[in-house]
Amino acid sequence: MSKVLVVAEHDGAALHPGVARVVSCGLGIQPGGLDVAVMGQDCAAIARQAAGIAGVSRVLCLDRAENARPLAAAQAPQLAALAQQGYSHLLGPSTTFGKDLMPRAAALLGVPQVSDIMSVEGERRFKRPVYAGNAVLTVEAPAERIVVATARLASWQAAPEGGEGAVENVVLDVELPDHTKWLELKMPETERPDLQSASVVVSGGRALGSADNFSLLYDLADHLGAAVGASRAAVDAGYVSNEMQVGQTGKIIAPELYFAIGISGAIQHLTGIKDAGVIVAINKDPEAPIFEIADIGLVGDLFSIVPELKAALEDS
Amino acid sequence: MRKILVTLKRVVDYNVRVRVKPDGSGMAVEGLKMSINPFDEIALEEALRMRERGDAGEVVAVTIGGDESQQQLRTGLAMGADRALLAKCEGELQPLTVAGILLEVARREEPDIVIMGKQAIDDDCNQAGQMLAALWGRPQATFASEVQLDGGSARVTREVDAGLESIEVQLPAVITTDLRLNEPRYIKLPDIMKARRKPLEILSVDELGLAAAPSLQPLGYEPPEQRQKGVLVEDVAALVGRLRERGLVN
Repeated sequence: MSKVLVVAEHDGAALHPGVARVVSCGLGIQPGGLDVAVMGQDCAAIARQAAGIAGVSRVLCLDRAENARPLAAAQAPQLAALAQQGYSHLLGPSTTFGKDLMPRAAALLGVPQVSDIMSVEGERRFKRPVYAGNAVLTVEAPAERIVVATARLASWQAAPEGGEGAVENVVLDVELPDHTKWLELKMPETERPDLQSASVVVSGGRALGSADNFSLLYDLADHLGAAVGASRAAVDAGYVSNEMQVGQTGKIIAPELYFAIGISGAIQHLTGIKDAGVIVAINKDPEAPIFEIADIGLVGDLFSIVPELKAALEDS
Repeated sequence: MRKILVTLKRVVDYNVRVRVKPDGSGMAVEGLKMSINPFDEIALEEALRMRERGDAGEVVAVTIGGDESQQQLRTGLAMGADRALLAKCEGELQPLTVAGILLEVARREEPDIVIMGKQAIDDDCNQAGQMLAALWGRPQATFASEVQLDGGSARVTREVDAGLESIEVQLPAVITTDLRLNEPRYIKLPDIMKARRKPLEILSVDELGLAAAPSLQPLGYEPPEQRQKGVLVEDVAALVGRLRERGLVN
């Protein structure tokens, strides 16, 4: 019987919404049990949050000063040690946190990693995207070894709340390296919803032309209660900051409603949005590839359409 | 002076669209234009800038693969690497195997910094750098957008989901690059000529005597599910109408 250990991402205050999605992926393996590991400092409240996800059997709380910040160098050895306590699968999110940590843990365990699980086809058989989403590869992880993997969050619905898992404190006798020091995290000041969990996202591309012009999108987004994203071109041009990038090398998202405004639709961008519910494209070029996948397209000048759209939505 | 090791992977060029073979056994890559993985190009550029501002002495480019990978090493030499190393072996390599081979190279070369792309644009794994750091027992600074060297340590700014995170790592360390670390230079013709005379050493992976790393078995490739093309609407009123019909906006 397989037994899954899910690594919980959090910011020191709250559980990351992606954890419930990784749990969902883990439950897809139909395990005999699914535990969640919370590594942090004073993280009891976060552990209780994790215990409330339906399907979670136990939450293992690794509370120690070295876990105050998520450093892969310190967390991977703990994770590898914990995973060897009877687990068949070790799962993390395909976020920058999981991408940093999980391969380090996999290498310590001497096993390969399955990145970005889109679907579970068997206990050790998974589908994952390759070539910027131009293909889906089915892989089988080696038998009789622990499976280490990351779940592609956009492919999984969040497991519901209502769980009653037990919280246990775990003390591991693992020596941690001191060669890596956390210095700071600069976060943009925003009141807008998180890009990865927002149900509506408004994204802009190079056609916005400047950082100032992005205010058009902020206005529309604020009216819709939406998060704001951007294409790589817009980030590279310096219109917005890096954490707003949507696509193969940025964030992979699955909002219910996605506005692609002034985005031509390079495959690397489309990879990041293909699981969105409804895609609306606004672009002046009728030949733009974004129209090939958009559910609703409107050809025209974004600088007149976006204010008009906001006004029309205000009329209701 | 610090020694920098940069890894270069030969991949299908960024601008070429790759399709699944009709029988699903792999990707149809025969005859396609091959290039250095774009993230690795950024890695090499960063190493060259370190050398140019006096933060590093030697830049060594390494790749793992067949003889055809010499092309990418020559390109790396033309960009400015001092010498190149081909760890020769055939077949598809997975990140854990790559990390094992790079560990042997790192033990041989004893670099102060290994700079790698954060992911290769073919398998999109995003693993090899972290795995090398683990096997080597050294720090990792992934998704770097800025690197500052200071004595025996590096301060690295990382592009994380929440924003920009800074960490300090003691050297030797593995750094993996994100897109905005730098913009790689163009190669000039005389540099291509010069590159032909730079040393390119070939190392047989078989002779390293590595135990085979466990690997994932590929069972088949398929094209992704396509989204259906939707409708074009005439104006904003029609757009809002469609959104309201679906209950997506008020």
